Amino acid sequence: MDMPAKKLGLKERYAALTRDLHWDTTYQPMDKVFPYVSYEGIKIHDWSKWEDPFRLTMDGYWKYQAEKERKLYAIMDAFAQNNGHLGVTDARYINTLKLFLTGVSPLEYMAHRGFAHVGRSFPGAGARVACLMQSLDEIRHAQTQIHSMSVYNKHYNGFHDWQHMHDRVWYLSVPKSFFDDAVTAGPFEYMIAIGFAFEYVLTNLLFVPFISGAAYNGDMGAMAFGFSAQSDESRHMTLGLEMIKFILEQDPDNVPIVQRWIDKWFWRGYRVLTLVAMMMDYMLPKRVMSWKEAWEIYAEENGGALFADLARYGIRVPKGWKQACEDKDYLSHQAWNVFYNYGAAAPFHTWTPSKEDMDWLSAKYPNSFDKLYRPLWEHYTEQAEKGNRYYSKTLPMLCQTCQIPMFFTEPGDPTKICYRESEYKGEKYHTCSDGCKEIFDNEPEKYIQSWLPVHQIYQGNCFLPGTDPTAPGFDPLIAVLQYYNMNIGRDNFDFNGIEFGKGSEDKNNFEKWKAMSTGNM
Amino acid sequence: MTTAAIGKYDFAPMDSADKFPAPLLYFGWEDHLMMCAPYCVPFPPNLVFGDMLRGPFADIYGYHPDFAKIDWDKAEWFKSGKPWKPDYTKSLADNGLKHKDVIRFRTPGLTGLKGSCH
Repeated sequence: MDMPAKKLGLKERYAALTRDLHWDTTYQPMDKVFPYVSYEGIKIHDWSKWEDPFRLTMDGYWKYQAEKERKLYAIMDAFAQNNGHLGVTDARYINTLKLFLTGVSPLEYMAHRGFAHVGRSFPGAGARVACLMQSLDEIRHAQTQIHSMSVYNKHYNGFHDWQHMHDRVWYLSVPKSFFDDAVTAGPFEYMIAIGFAFEYVLTNLLFVPFISGAAYNGDMGAMAFGFSAQSDESRHMTLGLEMIKFILEQDPDNVPIVQRWIDKWFWRGYRVLTLVAMMMDYMLPKRVMSWKEAWEIYAEENGGALFADLARYGIRVPKGWKQACEDKDYLSHQAWNVFYNYGAAAPFHTWTPSKEDMDWLSAKYPNSFDKLYRPLWEHYTEQAEKGNRYYSKTLPMLCQTCQIPMFFTEPGDPTKICYRESEYKGEKYHTCSDGCKEIFDNEPEKYIQSWLPVHQIYQGNCFLPGTDPTAPGFDPLIAVLQYYNMNIGRDNFDFNGIEFGKGSEDKNNFEKWKAMSTGNM
Repeated sequence: MTTAAIGKYDFAPMDSADKFPAPLLYFGWEDHLMMCAPYCVPFPPNLVFGDMLRGPFADIYGYHPDFAKIDWDKAEWFKSGKPWKPDYTKSLADNGLKHKDVIRFRTPGLTGLKGSCH
């Protein structure tokens, strides 16, 4: 073996630790070693044209991440030891963390698996190494998020079984099926779905609201993992952008395939962000900005510039773009009403906005709030105060593609539910929008397999073993919540208590502990 | 367009009628978004349409102040979005309702809380 005569420069060192790790196989043909690289129809002629967006070697990566990890754990220890959870604005805030832990952290883990899998699938060393690093980032994100939120599990309800819930609870099938859809696609579609559409186009609308939300509401713990992940996120964005440009530059036949994936994954990702919209406008006691403002900055301005840049490849804005921009006046309000309806069936608390909250919403949403949503919240509050809090006990119709209850409204008419219908092999399928219908119609074989929580409940697949649905007094909804492993009466119902006004355990404990930490009880 | 796959890609649908205790019916009340989405319920096919309105519908929608004001003779019905006229005295099956059909009703004059369609 030739030993290098002198220390390598950064560039050579990078080449040695990435490109030099690749060889063309001879004992086995290359297409047997990389069996997934051609079936999606994407044509790559020259992997050496891949421009590494960041010249990071594995050993450099390791040192850099270890340093960040040390800082992060120091902050998390300090947060835990100083009862940092009592520094948050109020206990309503903690529900955003429950949403994050059950809905988002499991996706970080899936992203880890996804990038490991697609990295293995690419015959180009540059793309492979970049995917490997992202795969490691993602498992680190999953771990640090779980770790930093574990402190809340000691004190508050709903944090105890997030992975179990992610695989079962009705609304968590939305983020779960989103990622399952991506990891069951081919490697190139996965890269457009997660690397580009999610990490590049939409990630700011997921992380900025949660992490700024944490900062605004005094949660040092969640803020720390957000900042620790931030430098990784910019690397991920760069990888996503490099991947799409590389694919488009390799062959003009790739353009229509990529365009269809952009249309699909923009819409899939946008639907998942529904949960963020309601979190921003309704769940944060101290709000960062409205969903509408976030959408205007991160999607309309930044995304608009991105697609103007991609136009030279023949790529246009995603098909659902206009619709998504129109929906910004309605989305968060409609979504929070769903959770208010089903507040008995989710492992976090719901509530109606206070008078001050409503004034803020009215100022942020002058076109919609007073006319459409204020009468609803005022009615709910009035009824709840009379002991007549509304909980829906009947299961909703779900969209076959995004799996969200069919609450979305028609383009141009926020008072009319949008129904779309398809037929495949004699069976009817329902979707919530033109975007979801088109995704279904393009690949019905895939979406007829959707594990729709409502249908699964009616098929009897969501009860614990040994449950007897024929037993006298059998309550199917209670049985489903037991299957979810929810602590009924503690994790769910109104923030203000099952008996309205008496307070949920979280609310009462937080107020009591806070008083103990600031006075002499 | 079909799913790109490395081999045969053929799976049974997850939600065919044989897997449910009764055919699924989806139903929604127009102009009343307080009940946030249409519902999904497996109703026995021999359930009389009018009994469904008086029984399950009253339980499901009764919380809404408009529900008590509904004149069912004036309700407008839609099936898969197209105008449709059910016979209240006949069963769901005899009204032609099948697994995963979607029906909606509109109650003229009733437009929710303060006319907000909620």
